[in-house]
Amino acid sequence: MSERISKSKRSFRHGVHPGEHKELTESRLLERLPVPSEVVLPLNQHLGAPSKPIVGVGEKVYRGQKIAEAGGYVSVPLHASVTGRVKAIEKRHHPTGRLEDSFVITTDFNSPQTLYNEGPIEWESPPLDELLKRVQDGGFVGLGGAAFPTHVKLAVPEGKHAQYFLVNGAECEPYLTSDHRIMLDWADSIYLGIRIIMKLLGAEKSYIGVETNKWDAIKSLAGQIPADLPCEIVPLETKYPQGAEKMLISAVLKREVPSGKLPIDAQVVVQNVGTVAGIGDYFAFGQPLIERVVTITGSGIHNPSTLLAPVGAELGEVLDYCGGLKENVRQVLFGGPMMGAPQQFLEVPITKGTSGILCLTDDQVKYRKEYPCIRCATCVDACPVFLNPSELGQLARVRRWDEMLKYHLLDCMECGACSYVCPSNIPLVQRFRVAKAMLREKAETEKAEAAKAEAAEREAAEAREREPEETAAE
Amino acid sequence: MRQDVQLVISTSPYLKRQIETPVVMRHVIYALLPVVLASVYYFGLSALLVIGSCIIGATLAEWVFTRRGSLRESHVADGSAIVTAILLALTLPPGIPLWMAFLGAVVAIVIGKILFGGLGYNIFNPSLTGRAFLQASFPVAITTWSVQSDLGDFLKMRGDTFALPFTTPSFDAVTAATPLAKMKFEAVPTEITDLLFGSTPGSTGETCAVLILLGGAYLAYRRFLQWQIPVSILVTVAVFATVLHLINADKYPGPAHHLLSGGLMLGAVFMATDPVTSPVTQRGAMAFGAGIGILVVLIRQFGGLPEGVMYAILLMNGATPLIDRYTQPKIYGAVKPEKKKESKG
Repeated sequence: MSERISKSKRSFRHGVHPGEHKELTESRLLERLPVPSEVVLPLNQHLGAPSKPIVGVGEKVYRGQKIAEAGGYVSVPLHASVTGRVKAIEKRHHPTGRLEDSFVITTDFNSPQTLYNEGPIEWESPPLDELLKRVQDGGFVGLGGAAFPTHVKLAVPEGKHAQYFLVNGAECEPYLTSDHRIMLDWADSIYLGIRIIMKLLGAEKSYIGVETNKWDAIKSLAGQIPADLPCEIVPLETKYPQGAEKMLISAVLKREVPSGKLPIDAQVVVQNVGTVAGIGDYFAFGQPLIERVVTITGSGIHNPSTLLAPVGAELGEVLDYCGGLKENVRQVLFGGPMMGAPQQFLEVPITKGTSGILCLTDDQVKYRKEYPCIRCATCVDACPVFLNPSELGQLARVRRWDEMLKYHLLDCMECGACSYVCPSNIPLVQRFRVAKAMLREKAETEKAEAAKAEAAEREAAEAREREPEETAAE
Repeated sequence: MRQDVQLVISTSPYLKRQIETPVVMRHVIYALLPVVLASVYYFGLSALLVIGSCIIGATLAEWVFTRRGSLRESHVADGSAIVTAILLALTLPPGIPLWMAFLGAVVAIVIGKILFGGLGYNIFNPSLTGRAFLQASFPVAITTWSVQSDLGDFLKMRGDTFALPFTTPSFDAVTAATPLAKMKFEAVPTEITDLLFGSTPGSTGETCAVLILLGGAYLAYRRFLQWQIPVSILVTVAVFATVLHLINADKYPGPAHHLLSGGLMLGAVFMATDPVTSPVTQRGAMAFGAGIGILVVLIRQFGGLPEGVMYAILLMNGATPLIDRYTQPKIYGAVKPEKKKESKG
C-alpha cells in the first residue's frame, strides 16, 4: 500500500500560504440537501456555447433526463436535477451577475425522485469517439470551478500524446473541503473514473495530487488503489495555488507547460477529482451531472456544512438549510476566498461550477489603505508564473497597458497571490484584470475598424467596377 | 421571510496577509534599536542628540512638504521618514553640530525622496543622499571623529554639538582617526575584536558590527529584507580583499579588516537593502551586491577617501533600473527565443 504514495512531498516554486480555515467543515460528514421545491437551471453553466432546450414549458421532466442538448462541440447538455414540471424558460439571476436564460422546474413531490435512466453505461467495448460522446452526454464540466467541458479536455488532438493523467485533489483554496470529502467517501468512483479516462487518453500512468493537510484522504485513497491500476498518490505541500493546472503539473511531474499552450503540449491532462468521481458514477449507475458536493462555510454562516446539493438549488435555500446567515455577514462568494465570485442576490442557483459558498463577515471585509509600491519584491517572490507584478502594477497604475504585454501580462492566471501578499495593499491582480479587459476591448475596436475599412474599400471597388457598365448602358 | 442582507461586491482575492508597510517599517526600527543603544553606550548623549535632530528634521520636512493640498501623500505616519532619519544619524560622526544633522535629514527627505515623487519613486537612498550632501558641504565636520568611551562620560559632548548654524564649529574635543583612516594613512591595523564590538572611533552607529548583523539577521528571518544583497556585498568584499591581501599583504589589509570597519556593515545590511533603490529579483540583488562590494574595495584601496560605502551604494542605486532590465524573472513555461524570431520573420 505505502509504495502507492510518492516518497517525497512535492511542490512548485513561489506561491503563498494563507490561513487554511478548513477546520470549519473538514470533519463534517456529507449531508444531502432535501429536494428543493424549485430549481433554476441556467443554459449557460459552462465555458463555451450555451445548451439548447429540447423540452418546452409545461412538460413533465424526470430527474436525470436531458432537457437541453449541447450547443456545439465546446458545450454540454443539461439534465433536470429534480422530477417535476418545466414552469418557465426565462431570464434569471446567474452567479456571474448577469441575467441568463434558465429552466425553472417545479418539483413534483409525489415523485420518488428516482433516476430517469438508471443502470450502468458500457465503457469497455465502445470505440473512443463513442466513449467521448458519452462523457459529453453526461453533461460533465470541470467541477473545480472553471466549468470547462470535460470531453474537450479528454479528446487528444491529432499528433499529440497524453502520457500522464493527473487528478487534481489539491484543493488549495482556503476554506473549501468538498474535494477532501469526495476523496474520503468516493474512492471507488474515483478509480473507475480514472480507468475510463486513462482509456480515453491512452495514458500510461495516473497521479492523484493531494495537499498534505489532507493526510487522511491520502492514506485512504492509497489503501484502495486497484492492484492493476497504474496510479500513484502524490502528497503536495499545502500552498496556494497548488491546484492550478500548471502548478500541479510542475509539482508532480517537474515539467512546465509552454507559455500560451495547453497541458496536452506537455503530454499531460488534468481533471479535478470531483469530475473524475462524477464520471465514475455516471458509468457505474447512469447518473449524469445533476448534483454536486458544495462546501458551505465561513464565519458568516451558522452551521458550516458539506452538502450534496442538486444543481439549480437556490443559494438562499441552501443557506437557510445551514442555519442561515449571521447578522454581520457582508459578502457571500461562490468558490474560495482567493478566486471566488461575489454574489449580490440570494436568488441565484448553485451551478455545476459551484465548489463552495463562503460567507464572510464585516471584520473580514474591510477597506485597506493603499500605500505606494516600495518595490519590496514580495509579490515577485509570490507569483507562481514568475512574473514581475511590481513592475506590472506600476505600469497599470499609469495605464500603460501595451507595455504590460512586454512584461507577460497575458501569462497571468489571476490567482491573486500578489494582491494577497502586497504590504502596500495594492490591488495588483485586480488592476491586471482591468488591463486585460482594456487590451481586449482595444483589440476588438481595432478589429471592427479594420473590418469597416475593408468593407468601405470593397464597396468603393465595386462602385468602380460598376461605373463603366453604367456608362456603357447609357 | 429571509432577512434582508446588503452584500458587498468586490473582486477577488478576499484574503489579505496582515503585514502592511507601516509594520515593515516598525520592524526595521526594532532591528535598529540595539545599534542605537550601542551608539548611546559608546558616544553618550551626543549620539542621542544627533539621532533626535535627524528624526525631528525628517519628520518636519515630511510634514511641511506633504501638507493638505499638496500633491504628495504624507508618509509621516507610516514610519518611513523615521527610518530614513535614524539611518542617516547612524552614519554621522557623534560630534557633528546638531544643525548640520538636522539639515542633512531635511535634505534626505526633500531632495532624496519628495522631489522624486515621494516614497517608492526615489532613485537614490534618501539617507545616503543626505549624508552625501553633508559630506560635500561640511567635509571637516563630517570627518572629525571623537574617541569612544563608556557610560561614565554620558553627558560629555563629543564635538561642537551646539554650534550655531552657519558658524564654523570648533574642534577642540579629543579626536581620533577611524580604523580605516588609520590603515590607509598610517598603515596601522585595528584589533578585530574592537571592530566586532565597536570600541573604535567612527560614525554614531557604524562601529558595532555584531549588533548590526543581529538586526539584519532578524529582518532576514522575518523576510523583511532581501538577504541576497548583504551576503553578496560581504562575500564580494571578502574575496576582493583577500585577493589584494595575497598580492601585497603590507599594503592591503585582509578581509576581516575590510568587512568589519567603516560603514560597510551598516551599509550592507540597512542601506543597500532599501527595497525602493535596489533591484527586485534575487539575481538582480546578487549583481547589485557584487557591484557595491567591488566599488567599496576599489574606493578604499585606490581612491582618495578612506571610506567608500556611501558612494558605492549610491552609484549602484543609479544602476538599479539597468540591473532590473537585465534580470527580469524568467516566466513559467517561457518559450525559447528562436521561436520569437520565427514569428517576427
